[in-house]
Amino acid sequence: MSNLGELYQEILLEHNSKPRNYHELDDFNCSADGFNPLCGDKVTIYLKVEDGTVSDVGFQGSGCAISRASASMLTQSIKGRSVAQAQETFNAFHVMLTEPGADLDYDTLGDLETLSGVIEFPTRIKCAILAWHTLLAALNKTSDPVTTE
Amino acid sequence: MTIQHFDVAKVREDFPLLRQTVNGHPLVYLDNAATSQKPQVVIDSLVDYYTTKNSNVHRGVHTLSQLATDDYEGARAKVKDLLNAAHDKEIIFVRGTTEGINLVAQTFGRQNIGQGDEIIISALEHHSNIVPWQLLCQERGAALKVIPINDAGELLMDDYEQLLSPRTKLVSVLHVSNALGTINPAKQIVEMAHSRGVPVLLDGAQAAPHMLVDVQDLGCDFYVFSGHKLYAPTGIGILYGRADLLESMPPWQGGGEMIRSVTFQETLYNELPYKFEAGTPNIAGAIGLGVAIDYVSNIGLDRISAWEHELLEYGTECLSSIEGLRLIGTAENKAAILSFVMDKAHPHDIGTILDSQGIAVRTGHHCAQPLMDRFGIPATARASLSFYNTKEEVDILVKGIDRVLEVFS
Repeated sequence: MSNLGELYQEILLEHNSKPRNYHELDDFNCSADGFNPLCGDKVTIYLKVEDGTVSDVGFQGSGCAISRASASMLTQSIKGRSVAQAQETFNAFHVMLTEPGADLDYDTLGDLETLSGVIEFPTRIKCAILAWHTLLAALNKTSDPVTTE
Repeated sequence: MTIQHFDVAKVREDFPLLRQTVNGHPLVYLDNAATSQKPQVVIDSLVDYYTTKNSNVHRGVHTLSQLATDDYEGARAKVKDLLNAAHDKEIIFVRGTTEGINLVAQTFGRQNIGQGDEIIISALEHHSNIVPWQLLCQERGAALKVIPINDAGELLMDDYEQLLSPRTKLVSVLHVSNALGTINPAKQIVEMAHSRGVPVLLDGAQAAPHMLVDVQDLGCDFYVFSGHKLYAPTGIGILYGRADLLESMPPWQGGGEMIRSVTFQETLYNELPYKFEAGTPNIAGAIGLGVAIDYVSNIGLDRISAWEHELLEYGTECLSSIEGLRLIGTAENKAAILSFVMDKAHPHDIGTILDSQGIAVRTGHHCAQPLMDRFGIPATARASLSFYNTKEEVDILVKGIDRVLEVFS
């Protein structure tokens, strides 16, 4: 499949080998666990939210390159942004991976566009989206683990 | 063993699905432990049944019903011969291995296992041989005991010996591990349990398609397997049970077929095996299973085992030489399953990159999460081989893994 190169782009592989913000925060005030029962991917997102802004973010977990890179890029994209902007980023990311042919919000997505190739691999969409659902749960301060099922 | 005469090119002609290309490459199907492909004769048998014989079994006096019943019962006799069971009535048609185990848990289990009793399983088990017993244990106040394994994936038989106690009411272990390929010493397991009067269920889902199974020689009390892993359709499987045990067990599901007479006051149950076959069965599936058994028997399960073992040895040698790849499951006595992890690539990524080259492997926990925990890994990539696989396909797998290494260099 020629799309393999589009899936495993350099940026994705680099985030996989050197994930950003890969640590628990000392002083987070909301967090959530995500789990993909299909493949066993696990992720925990830690957020420090102050005055409506995500002032710090970290993640930990185990998973494939796509889930790990997606989580790493997530932390970069929402750090310093408002909660509302983080929600918008979730929405833009969700549209990118679930609505083929949709107009994409490139301004909001930024580097996250690197993951657009995942839409061609239906079995891997859950890998890319796990951290994002976990983010949403953390923002809602949900304590129940979220799953991709 | 005359395996050099095993004509793999010829048997491949019997499997139409193997001729296709996937993602622009000839299909290399290495996911046989999940399900096997079907030979043309099995596919034809389904078409033939629905085209010329479709009717209900054991019901009508009309000709078609008799033809369907003859074929359905003929399939039961073929299963009996395959397993070398003593009687046809010891062969119960079920949906698959999972249903067979649940049937035993809910009939024999409920009848014989109570507060403080223990059931022994092993660290290798598939979820289908864990969860039915957990449900039963919760219901009855019984406890599940687990035979541990060594790093090669072999049962620790001394620990098993220790676990057997007066509280043990059943041992239920797999014959061959779906995740690692370990072939358990089934006969010894049965002997050790029987010396204490404990019955044994063997989960043969990964054994029956790949080796000669003789339930009388093994001495087991129950044996279960799935048709779809034995080149037959999905939705049909077998529970073998010793006749005296099956006789003593209460029925499972109620309905038609399993009764002798019904009044609103009382129901008399049918004789074996019909007591456990409520409702219209999967007639076409059973007939397809019979044809699949004929098919593998004509090739010879001993020859199938020998060829698959040769593939296993070749695959083990090839994969062992790949740097950064670790085989999970290195039992001395193994079926043709190559489960592995790689330092640089997660199994899920391995699976996608192999798929892009037309190679189908399973990635994940293989419905054996406790086993993955035992090895401290979330998942493996698993190539599971069948007699229709070739050494050339193993070479393609190795090249595919090279591509994984390139991507994750």
